[in-house]
Order: sequence, then structure tokens, then C-alpha cells
Amino acid sequence: MRNDQLLRYSRQIILEQIGGVGQEKLLNASVLVIGAGGLGAPALYYLVAAGVGRIGIADWDVVDITNLQRQIIHFTGDIGKQKADSAFEKLHQLNPDVRIERLNLQIDSKNIGEIIKSYDFVIDGVDNFPTKFLINDAAVLFNKPFSHAGILRFSGQTFTHIPGGACYRCMFASPPPAGLVPTCSEAGIIGSVAGVIGSIQALEAIKYITGAGSLLSDRLLTFDALSIEFRTIKIKRNPDCPICGNNPTITTLQDIKLPQCDI
Amino acid sequence: MKLVVNGKEEIFDDNEISVSKLLVLKDVKLPQMVSVQLNGEFIQADEHESRMLKDGDNVEFLYFMGGGR
Repeated sequence: MRNDQLLRYSRQIILEQIGGVGQEKLLNASVLVIGAGGLGAPALYYLVAAGVGRIGIADWDVVDITNLQRQIIHFTGDIGKQKADSAFEKLHQLNPDVRIERLNLQIDSKNIGEIIKSYDFVIDGVDNFPTKFLINDAAVLFNKPFSHAGILRFSGQTFTHIPGGACYRCMFASPPPAGLVPTCSEAGIIGSVAGVIGSIQALEAIKYITGAGSLLSDRLLTFDALSIEFRTIKIKRNPDCPICGNNPTITTLQDIKLPQCDI
Repeated sequence: MKLVVNGKEEIFDDNEISVSKLLVLKDVKLPQMVSVQLNGEFIQADEHESRMLKDGDNVEFLYFMGGGR
């Protein structure tokens, strides 16, 4: 490690669970963040600040004024820019050491396998069920650990899948009926809830890479901001799970067509 | 009977409560948006009606949350 790196990361190198060894692991690790929005923004900031060596940002969308209330990686002057480009500009300023890859594209069943293969850990920061299920399915089929999260109004939830452990479909076998998915204007979200949950996703990636502590695997963390309560619910791998169960019915990746909730 | 619902112990007057009925009693507006875990096992939606709860059962309602961006 260079001297400037020792200084930059000194406050985490000093931690017993990270140390110089953990920092080297971070510098040599790669994380893909899918969605540079409410969850992706804090996750990207903390991963880049912590010195994860290579970061992928996958987002097809452009910055809109309604994003700025929570997607804190985008600034007012970024309206109209590609989100991956806007995020790249901030992150490169924050830590030019990190190799940041911009993927200005929509993740789908055809490209996701090739994309996630080259990263050590994946963060789901997307806003719609079809892509959340696709990320889960690809992670299970390609043995890739990932952090799932969802946010809604004043609440959020997150869990970490590691190969062999419970997956998203163990809890939710298939996406909810299309008509019941709340639309953006109906649902709403307070930005700092995204900040709480996205920061936990970054923590999980850092813990996975360094081996610090125990992961949020086989557990679902739920957060209710109104009562300010965190709960973890134990989740067992479901033997009837359609993708990771004993007799899986899903063996190839497929795009799910559902209306999106652009929260 | 006594049930632990979402981590909190609750007493119900009724002793004949199905998963479906508990969803009504707990005022769950959109049961299709909830995945039910009973004593650590997931209960398929088509079993909600027939699956009866016992004294001391531990029930968790897991909600779909689709937002992120």
C-alpha cells in the first residue's frame, strides 16, 4: 500500500476487523451497483470512499429534478445527464484511486450474466420487481453474493444472499400481481430511509470482502423510520423455492414484464 | 390463544384462526403483497385459508418492497 493510501484509509485500517489485510482485500475487490439512485447513491459513496478497487455503476436512466430529494449523488446541475456519468463525476473526485466503470444500459436477462460475472459482490439498488427478481435469479444461477434492498414510504428492508443461503424467492416466490404494485406518486419515499438502507448495503459488501463480522444472510432486516425500529427476521432457505429449492422450476434467466414503480 | 405476530406477543379471543383470518384481524389491506412465515416456514398463498394457527405460533408478515431509486 502506498503512503497516501495508508493515510486515506487509516481510520478503517486501525479497526481490528479490517487492518492492513482487510484494506488490501478492499483495494483488490470489485462491486457492481445496479441502480445509481436512492439506494445506489449512499452505497456508491461509501464503497468508493472505503477504497474498493473497482466499482461498476449500471444505470440506463437520466437525472430528473424529482430524483434530487433522495439520490444524493446527483446535483441540480446534473439534470438531464446519464445517472452513471453523473455518479462517476462525484465518485472520481472523491477517490481517484478507484477504477469506476460506467454501464449506461438496462440490465436484462441477456446481459446480466456476463456483467455480474466479473464482480465479487452485487448491490441491488433498482426500483422495480422485474429487475429485483432478475438480479436474484442471476445471482443464484451464477453463484454470486448480493445485497437485496427495497424501500417504501418510511420503511425499508434488506438482506444478503450468499451462495447456498436463502434467496429473495425463498421469501417471495414471484412478483406481486401487477395491479397492486403502487405507482410512484401513490407510494412516496423519504430520502434518508434510502440513505439508511443503502449504507447498510455498502456495509454488507465491505464485510463480505473483508470477512468482518457476520453477514445479513438468512435474515431479513426491516426498518421502520416512523417507530424507528429495526428488526431482523430469520429466513431459512426454502426447499420449495422456485430457483434455489430442491426441485427448481426456474433454470434459465427470463425477463418478467410488469409495470414499473419508478420510486 | 396467544400468537407472536411480527415479534410481538398478542392474545386473541378466537381459538380458530386461519392464516387468512389473521391477515384480516391484523388489518392487512393487501394480503397479496405479504409473504407469511409460520414458525420459520413459508406458507403458500393458496394454503392461507386452510392453514389453522395453534397457541404459541410465531407468525411473520414479510412485505414486498419494490423501491430503490
